[in-house]
Amino acid sequence: MKTNDVILQTTTKVVFFIIFLFSIHIFFAGHYTPGGGFVGGLLTTGALLLLLLAFDLKTVRKALPFNFLIVVALGLLIALLTSAWPMLFNEPFLTHAFGDYDLPFLGESSLHTATLFDLGVYLVVVGAGMTMIQTIGGDT
Amino acid sequence: MMTFIWVSLILILLSMLGLMYRVYKGPSIPDRLIALDAIGILIISATALLAIIFDTKFFIEVILLIAIMAFIGTVSFSKFIEKGEIIERDRNR
Repeated sequence: MKTNDVILQTTTKVVFFIIFLFSIHIFFAGHYTPGGGFVGGLLTTGALLLLLLAFDLKTVRKALPFNFLIVVALGLLIALLTSAWPMLFNEPFLTHAFGDYDLPFLGESSLHTATLFDLGVYLVVVGAGMTMIQTIGGDT
Repeated sequence: MMTFIWVSLILILLSMLGLMYRVYKGPSIPDRLIALDAIGILIISATALLAIIFDTKFFIEVILLIAIMAFIGTVSFSKFIEKGEIIERDRNR
């Protein structure tokens, strides 16, 4: 018997982007307000979990053809590189640099290399969460 | 004004107790599921009132996050009740 999930699928197509944008906002707002890489990664995992609930595992694998273990490895590599980069300039491990820049469209903004470290945390959380969900939910 | 907010917080706690009774005593599983969803909504309103009481705006993201988590939890649990499995392997088979 085929079930008709048109309400759930249409709602998911709208709500997925709201959750995803909110997770991106929480990721970038982590320096001055609550949030950061961990919560942003968990929210992105929640958005992808909503896609997995409304559609099936094969469709989501076709839409996002990542191996999420590689995403974990990429996040760890980014975190390691951003923390080891200052050692080339005779600074201690995990020294972060920041500065004010005048960006063309965004105006004057303060950029910090801790965001890159946070990007590593984000990728590790998304990759680990999606690996767990896909491994437990699939291939029974 | 603060008295009004405290009174509404107490009312929210009382209605949360009523929903707790429904979770404890609900004859079927969907009753308990809907009661848990409504408890999530009440937690959202309690968080908003606490944000007013503590005079901070940092709880707004918590409110959105609780809403999203309650929605995903309710959807997954109702899918479990309906089909017996939460994440299907291939739906178009």
